[in-house]
Amino acid sequence: MTTWNKPLPTVSGETRPFWDACRRGQLLIQKCDRCGEFQFYPRGICANCWSEDIRWVTASGKGTVWTYTVTYQNRTPGFAEDVPYVLALVELEEGVRMFTNIVECPPRDVSIGMPVEVTFVQANNQISVPYFKPAG
Amino acid sequence: MPDLKRTAAIVGIHEHVTRYAPDKSELQIQGESVIKALEDAGLAKQDVDGLLTASSSSRNSGLALADYLNMYPSYVDNTTVGGGSFEFHLSHCLNAIAAGRMNCAVITYSSLARSGGVSVGTGGVGRFGHPRLEPSPDSFEELYGLTTVGLYAMIAQRHMHLYGTTSEQLAEIAVAVRHHASMNPEALFRNPITVEDVVNSRMISAPLHLPDCCVITDGGGAVVVASAEVVRNCRHTPVWVLGAGEAVAHQGAGKRDLQYIAARQSHGPAFEMAGVTHDDIDMAMIYDSFTITVLETLEDLGFCEKGEGGDFVSGGRLKVGGELPINTDGGGLSSNHPGMRGIFLLMEATRQLRHEFEGTPRQVPNCNIALCHGTGGALGTRHSGGTAILGRD
Ligand SMILES: [Zn+2]
Repeated sequence: MTTWNKPLPTVSGETRPFWDACRRGQLLIQKCDRCGEFQFYPRGICANCWSEDIRWVTASGKGTVWTYTVTYQNRTPGFAEDVPYVLALVELEEGVRMFTNIVECPPRDVSIGMPVEVTFVQANNQISVPYFKPAG
Repeated sequence: MPDLKRTAAIVGIHEHVTRYAPDKSELQIQGESVIKALEDAGLAKQDVDGLLTASSSSRNSGLALADYLNMYPSYVDNTTVGGGSFEFHLSHCLNAIAAGRMNCAVITYSSLARSGGVSVGTGGVGRFGHPRLEPSPDSFEELYGLTTVGLYAMIAQRHMHLYGTTSEQLAEIAVAVRHHASMNPEALFRNPITVEDVVNSRMISAPLHLPDCCVITDGGGAVVVASAEVVRNCRHTPVWVLGAGEAVAHQGAGKRDLQYIAARQSHGPAFEMAGVTHDDIDMAMIYDSFTITVLETLEDLGFCEKGEGGDFVSGGRLKVGGELPINTDGGGLSSNHPGMRGIFLLMEATRQLRHEFEGTPRQVPNCNIALCHGTGGALGTRHSGGTAILGRD
């Protein structure tokens, strides 16, 4: 494993199940038992109906590129040496969008609406980061 | 809605002309600006009982600023919602004056964004070394190399996808604003540019090229806002706050359509309060962090339909002499952008409504009503929008 030079997430009680699941290769989102809505990013309440009846569900890990940008300049270590890279918002099949990078694909081949699927890259023993690649 | 028209007016302004001031402190720039803005108004320190500022650090919060200025205001507002904070401040001034909580306020801001080496647009989260990310939302965003430019570029990319908007159309905005900068001796960049110049320049975050992005400067300024009673003692024709509205927009738990921005919510109350329509607006100061910001704002303010912004900004419409001149000071794209820029929108609208440039090409003819819209934060994650409609008697 190479040295991880990019930012790492801070895990809290509110978000630990998400990061634990990433380590197992699963992408979790949340669903409200009162209103039935999915939500992302994870939080301790339902942002839609303000209930506390939320649970974690495993997403299919499939979605489409909602929008993206090919980044040519970023001074942050880990990204500065990675340009050009694709920053994207992916809309999951469940209807929520998440930030990600599109990997295993030349930037020029990325397009809005392109089907993608989740893939995990291990940053260290605790953290695996979810990315998306063209659907196989 | 109570009628607040002609309750509060902008009576003094001062733009600190510095674009690079490594030897000054931010508080010093604010202090110098407050003094000159009060001079402009014809008022003095003892007339001021309200203090409003925006700051991303406690270093120059309302508290630190009151200390530096040695003042004891009865109304303090530190609302900080990004670059458009100052349109929120003006809105709050209107409320506080209408409620009798204060009679005369200064709104002030300063930043040493340039001499401090702050790569506002492309620095990313770790330009000064990796910070500890907040568990959320940062830990679900910053892992992927977000930049401020990138978060606007993503909205531009989807606008192009949905509506066929082109880089050339976005460039029209940069060209119009640079044309105005060429008439402002204080503007950082004054040499005219063409659409070809813009689309052939370096890509920062596709589809945004370098001239699609605002400049980074030091700077600051102050705006004095007074009650109708205080207005009578002032030097200049008052610039009344006719209407104001504010809004925030975010990802909506992963579901909101990010193509629509806060301006969509903030403009309705401002127009309703002012009792005017879009046709009444003689010029507009539109926060131009990026060209796409202007395009999205014009659409969501209702100057054209969603998706029609590309056509709307073309053909010289945005230049003085066109149907809707914008950013006649050269905007953030060409004149100055010290971290946040919303305060300068209020200043240039005031200059235009005072007819300060009468007899020169910079003056918008018969300028009686102006609109300012500040956008702060980032369109792709979360941002604010404040609309203010200003008018002269
Ligand atoms: Zn719910």
